[in-house]
Amino acid sequence: MSTDVKTMPQEQQVAANGVKLPIYMDNHATTPMDPRVLEEMLPYFMEKFGNAASRNHSFGWAGEEGVETARERVAKLVGATTKEIIFTSGATESDNLAIKGVAEMYKEKGNHIITAVTEHKAVLDTCKRLEKYGYRVTYLPVQKDGLVDLDDLKRAIDDKTILVTIMAANNEIGVLQPVAEIGKLCRERGVIFHTDATQAVGKVPVDVNRQNIDVMSISAHKMYGPKGVGALYVRRKNPRVQVSAIIDGGGHERGMRSGTLNVPGIVGLGKACLICMEDMPKESCHLAGMRNRLRDNIMERLDEVYINGSMEHRLPGNLNISFAYVEGESLLMGINDVAVSSGSACTSATLEPSYVLKALGTGDDLAHSSIRFGIGRFNTEAEIDYVADRVIETVQRLRELSPLYEMAKEGVDLKQVKWAAE
Amino acid sequence: MSYSDKVLDHYSHPRNVGSMDKGSTDVGTGLVGAPECGDVMKLQIKVNPETSVIEDAKFKTFGCGSAIASSSLATEWVKGKTVDEALQIKNTDIVKELSLPPVKIHCSVLAEDAIRAAIHDWKKKRETPKPEIVEARS
Repeated sequence: MSTDVKTMPQEQQVAANGVKLPIYMDNHATTPMDPRVLEEMLPYFMEKFGNAASRNHSFGWAGEEGVETARERVAKLVGATTKEIIFTSGATESDNLAIKGVAEMYKEKGNHIITAVTEHKAVLDTCKRLEKYGYRVTYLPVQKDGLVDLDDLKRAIDDKTILVTIMAANNEIGVLQPVAEIGKLCRERGVIFHTDATQAVGKVPVDVNRQNIDVMSISAHKMYGPKGVGALYVRRKNPRVQVSAIIDGGGHERGMRSGTLNVPGIVGLGKACLICMEDMPKESCHLAGMRNRLRDNIMERLDEVYINGSMEHRLPGNLNISFAYVEGESLLMGINDVAVSSGSACTSATLEPSYVLKALGTGDDLAHSSIRFGIGRFNTEAEIDYVADRVIETVQRLRELSPLYEMAKEGVDLKQVKWAAE
Repeated sequence: MSYSDKVLDHYSHPRNVGSMDKGSTDVGTGLVGAPECGDVMKLQIKVNPETSVIEDAKFKTFGCGSAIASSSLATEWVKGKTVDEALQIKNTDIVKELSLPPVKIHCSVLAEDAIRAAIHDWKKKRETPKPEIVEARS
């Protein structure tokens, strides 16, 4: 069977319906910078280039002013005060600082940490390291929809628990955890609550007081800001929370994070937060509309496709679907003018299928068949329609190639088949 | 990871996709891999019973681009060979032809296994003794 796969040559940049190719739809991996953010940052590279810690001259003051304006903007987006925002090199560092910093600071109080199996590696790997140092870590399972069971959390907290760390929004399946309820529970039990809010801040409303958050990680490059900069929120009141620094050298950021501040990056983060705050209500509605359009288009025209994770508690721009009988990497190859990602083992560095999908109870075969779409600020309806068409035609083509699809159509129960080992 | 031109070619224009009658004595079917591993290949051969020459081959694969290319190439290579000649095909030949990177070598191994499994199946069918015809006693 010879088919005309539309492998776009490099020269052809525009599709039939006018969309520019390739299309970027992987906004959970990173986002393009908003031009307004870049414009805000530019003066801080060559004109206002001073070290924000240089207290004695106008170059330093200019840098400091840029930083403090950004600090206000970040704080405002999440309902915090400026004294509670520390700048870091990104959410991975913020996660490390939060978890290791709390563990160190409160080690006399206890050595038990609770997290969830679907956390980002920045949290999981940090917890694994703490286990090596003698801390005890509980990894809570999640339900089929991806949400943590609050009763599981209740049961897991004991008198040695010093920290609960559960992400606000999952990067693979977009699922939103019940952060306010988790925070309330932790507050009642006197346990510090950290949330990795990398994928949530700027996309859904986040308020550290209404949601009872004590410590929170923020990333610029997930919200149309620059890479290499992020922030950590650390509560100062009701209760006061402290974290031990993990980087020493000069005592910047109230002693919590030493190092010369990345002034242009921080200015960018601040502007990104301001734009998100202003645009969020309209934008999240628009993103959800496009996401639902993509979902409905695909599900109306293909059978045996399964959405991974709760649709009700989900980021507006996220869609994670498994296409039965079709392997993820081969699907990506067929839509090579669209940038998305897959939970297939073939696309991961470790050759393991997505651990997040596994945690939902999704079988390995469907994990291998999953695609993550991350719709963002700069995607259009025309792009959505193009992507839907490409996905559908590629899935149909690959199902014609698939022995599993053939067997399923013949009525074979694939779960009963004894597969030959490789 | 970028793919070699040959892998892209096989992916876009796979050779010999399809199915043969599993029940026919001239057809050998090899089904290897497992859905949990992300790779399943079905390779079928139609063998001339007199000459043992593989006259036709078909495949279907659930797997990545390299897996599809490896099995497509396998069907091309076995056609026209005797079963003994086909058993000489090594996964390393496939790796070389498709310029597979180390992380994809297992795809070529699975294709070699699929060829062997198909030949083994065909041979098994031939060895099955025909039921004896018992004369009815008058």
